[in-house]
Amino acid sequence: MFGLEALDLARIQFAFTVSFHIIFPALSIGMASFLAVLEGLWLKTNDSTYKDLYHFWLKIFAVFFGMGVVSGLVMAYEFGTNWSGFVDFAGAVTGPLLTYEVLTAFFIEAGFLGVMLFGWNRVGRGLHFLSTIMVAIGTLMSTFWILSSNSWMHTPAGYELIDGRVVPIHWLEVIFNPSFPFRWAHMTIAAYLSVAFLVGASAAWHLLRGNDNPAIRKMFSMAMWMALFVAPIQAFVGDAHGLNTLEHQPAKIAAIEGHWENPPGEATPLILFGLPDMEREETRFKVEIPVLGSLILTHSFTEQIPALKDFPKEDRPPAYVVFWSFRIMVALGLLMIAAGVWSLFLRWRHKLYETKAFLRLIMCMGPTGLIAILAGWFTTEVGRQPWIVYGLLRTKDGVANHSVTQLSITLVSFVVVYFAVFGIGTVYALRMIGKGPHTGEGDLTTQGGPGHDRHPKRPLSASDEGTEKAHSHDQLTGH
Amino acid sequence: MASGIVGIDLSLIWAVVIIFSLMMYVVMDGFDLGIGILFPFVKGKEERDVMMNTVAPIWDGNETWLVLGGAGLYGAFPLAYGVILPALYLPLIFMLIGLIFRGVAFEFRFKVQEGKEGMWDKSFIFGSLLATFCQGVALGAFIDGFHVENRQYAGGSLDWLTPFSIFCGFGLIAAYALLGSTWLIMKTEGPLQALMRRMTKPLVLLLLLFIVAVSLWTPLSHDAISQRWFTMPNLFWFLPVPILVLVTVVFLLRAILKEDAHVSPFVLTLILIFLGYSGLGISLWPNIIPPAISIWEASSPPQSQLFLLIGTLFIIPITLMYTAWGYYVFRGKVRTGEGYH
Repeated sequence: MFGLEALDLARIQFAFTVSFHIIFPALSIGMASFLAVLEGLWLKTNDSTYKDLYHFWLKIFAVFFGMGVVSGLVMAYEFGTNWSGFVDFAGAVTGPLLTYEVLTAFFIEAGFLGVMLFGWNRVGRGLHFLSTIMVAIGTLMSTFWILSSNSWMHTPAGYELIDGRVVPIHWLEVIFNPSFPFRWAHMTIAAYLSVAFLVGASAAWHLLRGNDNPAIRKMFSMAMWMALFVAPIQAFVGDAHGLNTLEHQPAKIAAIEGHWENPPGEATPLILFGLPDMEREETRFKVEIPVLGSLILTHSFTEQIPALKDFPKEDRPPAYVVFWSFRIMVALGLLMIAAGVWSLFLRWRHKLYETKAFLRLIMCMGPTGLIAILAGWFTTEVGRQPWIVYGLLRTKDGVANHSVTQLSITLVSFVVVYFAVFGIGTVYALRMIGKGPHTGEGDLTTQGGPGHDRHPKRPLSASDEGTEKAHSHDQLTGH
Repeated sequence: MASGIVGIDLSLIWAVVIIFSLMMYVVMDGFDLGIGILFPFVKGKEERDVMMNTVAPIWDGNETWLVLGGAGLYGAFPLAYGVILPALYLPLIFMLIGLIFRGVAFEFRFKVQEGKEGMWDKSFIFGSLLATFCQGVALGAFIDGFHVENRQYAGGSLDWLTPFSIFCGFGLIAAYALLGSTWLIMKTEGPLQALMRRMTKPLVLLLLLFIVAVSLWTPLSHDAISQRWFTMPNLFWFLPVPILVLVTVVFLLRAILKEDAHVSPFVLTLILIFLGYSGLGISLWPNIIPPAISIWEASSPPQSQLFLLIGTLFIIPITLMYTAWGYYVFRGKVRTGEGYH
């Protein structure tokens, strides 16, 4: 198809399905924690604004979660269908990690999701809150295992090579491999920021249209506190992650920086913009600041960072992708920090909810968290090339042996189905956001909502009476 | 042999874990896929709402068993995962696409404006049928076995496409439809329940037909399978399986005629499915890549299997407990107008 080889098609297919997928878990991770906080605050303060917000975002969470489940199922099988060479080589490590993700994350999410979505009137407040917390914990556990597995592919540790295949020797070293803590923290915070900006943008949209109620103000305020405190933390974590990459994957850093060679005695400049050219082995049209590269990456004025020409041609990641994807991520991160600072200033002047220019900015920044996540993942994954397991197995040796025809059929199917189904799902979610949280939203759910009390519709039976008593008992003690 | 470092046969335990999770999947996602298959026979919006609401709180958990089956295979038998999945490339990918269409319908259907659910009803039906059919085809192709060379699948890209695999595809549709109809007898009442009682009888007979056909077809086309069943003393040991199938069918046909039987048709169907599943297990054991690669040959290193097992033996019982709690919270009949946000 289009002169592409089977390997290219397999890579495009994986990149496409995983890029689509990551958006939904990122939102689920952030929203599940957000919902746990909202329900906790409601139980603590009894302020019905939190209950309204909980029920409003719960419906949207359900849509994103559903899309995450079905697009994630594809991923769990795609490792095997498309990357059997990788599975044969590294399955002894990556397989168990995925199994633990299923056992300790997916089941917990799925097991408590039903009660979280439909059990409002079926269980007491405490049990419902517990279910929300368990779903939130499930999403974080899921991040833990899948990022451990992914990080191991970047910085393999705790293994031996026996008969040309990986055998795990020290599981703690495998799980807590050198890049894992940084990647886990970076991704989890990124998910929180994505949701903060999505929530903030939703509130800004309503405020700009003159829809103003305590719930909308509350969610806007919460989102802006997140931006203020969490965006700078993310910059700090990102910097630490970068230094870790410099230590373990220097070629990736050289490619990100578009840095080709080290003249003796010259500190590394920071290239702001330019076009890295792999054939000519230079970064063209570059705008650079002397010494700053050394300062940022080595925290010194003289030390050099590795350059692309230090690595054989066949081991260099494509700099023209990572150079730009990295800059997009960083620029969006800086914009988030700036938005947080501006929000603090406006809050101090009591103009947070009225300043049109600020509201417009925050509205436009709705998708920035997700774009930054995608840009970051492109940087780290393309930067790992040409390796699938860094330094051990090349991507071309990991691919399953499928024909171009087969891969073209499935790729086209995925593209059509994903855009249609997930596109429509996203429209539904945005439409629900557009309807906005109303005052009293949380009480509407009680009528005809999930777990709607059953007894009015059928004759009282002993067991029903029992349930009913248990309910009122819960309400007396738990509320 | 991969058995080992602590003197227990890890591969054997893992085979049991995976067989168990796939059976959990077949049973649990079976009835909710079955609801999608039965959707075309029920026209009313409210009744369709009820059908969907019987599984809305639990479908996600049901599907997780499929992920466990896949991931467990990946972790404990990477060779099987790396051979079987590429060999079944197209049916598996289309199964996944089917699961997408039906999975999103649970949420989307209730998010569209009144009167526009039709599109997601179709998506639910289409997705359920496609996923079930592909699973059946994959099962059929699995029974037929794979051509393996040098630890890699060495067959063609359409080897899975045989009359037998297509036949199994339709067989599984009948099996899931029966699970769905008896589930609905248990979870609904009134006209919908009566309709399901009427539909169950032909479905039982249809499934019996498929079971008999597969039971004759497989030993006729595979010597190893006929050796397994029709030599002494095996025949004696395995004879209870077909006998129990017939006994269960008789009880099931009688149960659906009783007005007050709500739970027993579903339980009997579970037994029937379990027996069919056991029959396949007897035919194929101990091969994980039929016709020739056993669970021991396909194992991951004992370090991997042991690490997994420690967690699994501890976690699966807890998982079963909270899954049961979820079913308990949503126990009882589902009625019109209740159930969704």
